[in-house]
Amino acid sequence: MKILVTAKRVEDPESKIKVKPDGSDIVKEGLKYKINPFDEIGVEEGLRLAAAHGGEVVVVSIGPKEVQEQLRHALAMGAHKAVWVNHTGPLDQLGIAGLLQKVVELQKPDVVLLGKQSIDDDQNQVGQYLAEFLGWGQATFASKVESLESAEEKAKAPAVKLTADKKSVQVVREVDNGLATLEVQLPAIVTTDLRLNQPRYASLPGIMKAKSKPIEELTPEKLGVDVTPKIQVLKLASPPARKAGIKVPDVATLVEKLHNEAKVV
Amino acid sequence: MSIVLIVAEQQPDGNLRKASLNAIAAGKQLADKSGGELHLVLLSKDPSKLAEELKGSGAKVIHTAAAPEFEHYLAEVYAPVIAGLAQELKATFVGAASTAQGKDLLPRVAARLKAAMATDITAINGSGADITFTRPMWAGNVFAEVKLNTPVQVISIRATEFSAVAGAGASAEVKSFQPKLEASKTKFVSFNEVKSARPELTEASVVVSGGRGTKGDFKEVEALADLLGAAVGASRAVCDAGWVPNDLQVGQTGKVVAPKLYIAAGISGAIQHLAGMKSSKTIVAINKDPEAPIFQVADYGLVDDLFKVLPALREGIQKLK
Repeated sequence: MKILVTAKRVEDPESKIKVKPDGSDIVKEGLKYKINPFDEIGVEEGLRLAAAHGGEVVVVSIGPKEVQEQLRHALAMGAHKAVWVNHTGPLDQLGIAGLLQKVVELQKPDVVLLGKQSIDDDQNQVGQYLAEFLGWGQATFASKVESLESAEEKAKAPAVKLTADKKSVQVVREVDNGLATLEVQLPAIVTTDLRLNQPRYASLPGIMKAKSKPIEELTPEKLGVDVTPKIQVLKLASPPARKAGIKVPDVATLVEKLHNEAKVV
Repeated sequence: MSIVLIVAEQQPDGNLRKASLNAIAAGKQLADKSGGELHLVLLSKDPSKLAEELKGSGAKVIHTAAAPEFEHYLAEVYAPVIAGLAQELKATFVGAASTAQGKDLLPRVAARLKAAMATDITAINGSGADITFTRPMWAGNVFAEVKLNTPVQVISIRATEFSAVAGAGASAEVKSFQPKLEASKTKFVSFNEVKSARPELTEASVVVSGGRGTKGDFKEVEALADLLGAAVGASRAVCDAGWVPNDLQVGQTGKVVAPKLYIAAGISGAIQHLAGMKSSKTIVAINKDPEAPIFQVADYGLVDDLFKVLPALREGIQKLK
């Protein structure tokens, strides 16, 4: 089984994001970068699928040379090889999906695992665009029924189940008001939700080994994809600040304030 | 003239998803600002009941298509039908509520239409051909104004930012069309509904949420919620731990709520969680840790043990009634 996983470089989710005074961008100084948490879950699921069914995990990232850090991180977790689409400058979801389509056509994976959204853009689009561009089935927001502390989690079995005939995967999806289960023919697109798995840490030998694993370099030109953004970000702004609140000393005061001041109870 | 096509969502139980009423309101606003008209599309095994319900929602036309294949929603089945209708109508905008279905479906529709898309829009700006959208990024820490430079533009709409349409407008024309169905590589297997007697989280006017501070014991959170007729929410940590169902999660990757009153009990207030509730009108935080970040957004904060506070709060509110 060949599995392609994505590894977008994003700001550390714990970092405080501030907008530049002119609204042109966020303040980048002092920010740390990481692999998008949902992509990391995708890498983990890919590794579990490869361990259960044999095969290899190829990780892809698009961006300037810094994204090689995220590729090395995925390689250190256990991915077998990496594809780097070298591109500086703005990109939108159409451009990303266009590039990934070409990478998929070159790599011919059975499953592509992507995060359901990246925590910077919060768009939640690329997996679905890619599925439509390729004419494949999609299962978005893949989750699992059991809690993360279940025995299954500890056994590290993949939550994305290969059917008996090995031609489809069964995926449990997090949707409004419950969980939906789909069966998608391979090759398929799966996007990961939070509760699919708990990504492993990269081990020291893993980190050492990652250094000698191959990274293939591509460019939008080589792939023949026009990545001129169609989504134009005109301006960024901070959300309106909330009026400073107060701390109340006891429940009686809280009830009084909620009743007479906020008039909500 | 621009045509705004909004997808009305049918829930698995056959009823209309309430967030669609907010999406239709946004669609009406977009039609007015861009100088066009509002159309709705409804795919169902039997769309007649919902079409009737939506007649007064301000749309010019409601396009309905009936097929047994529409019983269980599948992106692969729905997307070509909606994209096909958009092309036939020469729609300029295609949108839906930013629900799990909206987010799953719309990018696939957009891909087919070679359209750019904005997820979770919170405002529509400008007029005529210069329409732009406001949408959150970085877990709601940044709001971006974006312009979609494709002939067709696709948007998913954050329901909490647009008031639901009332439903007393002029009567829409209902037009049924013959859907062109494509073979699907995806099969519906099952749906496990999480049933609750309480109001739906995204629609409730009061939400009581519990975090790690509950240590998994939600009895007090639920008791207060029931007294207030509120929905129960939760932080990511408690969903991850399996203490409550995942669909109660409030946050960047869970549900976005904006009730009149949001009570956070034992929730520290991580960026991820704040992204889902920061627009609530009044926020109450109950936490033992005076340094918890939740106190920075709370209108009223009480530093104490939630197991002491919640029963007392219940008693105090009961006395008012």
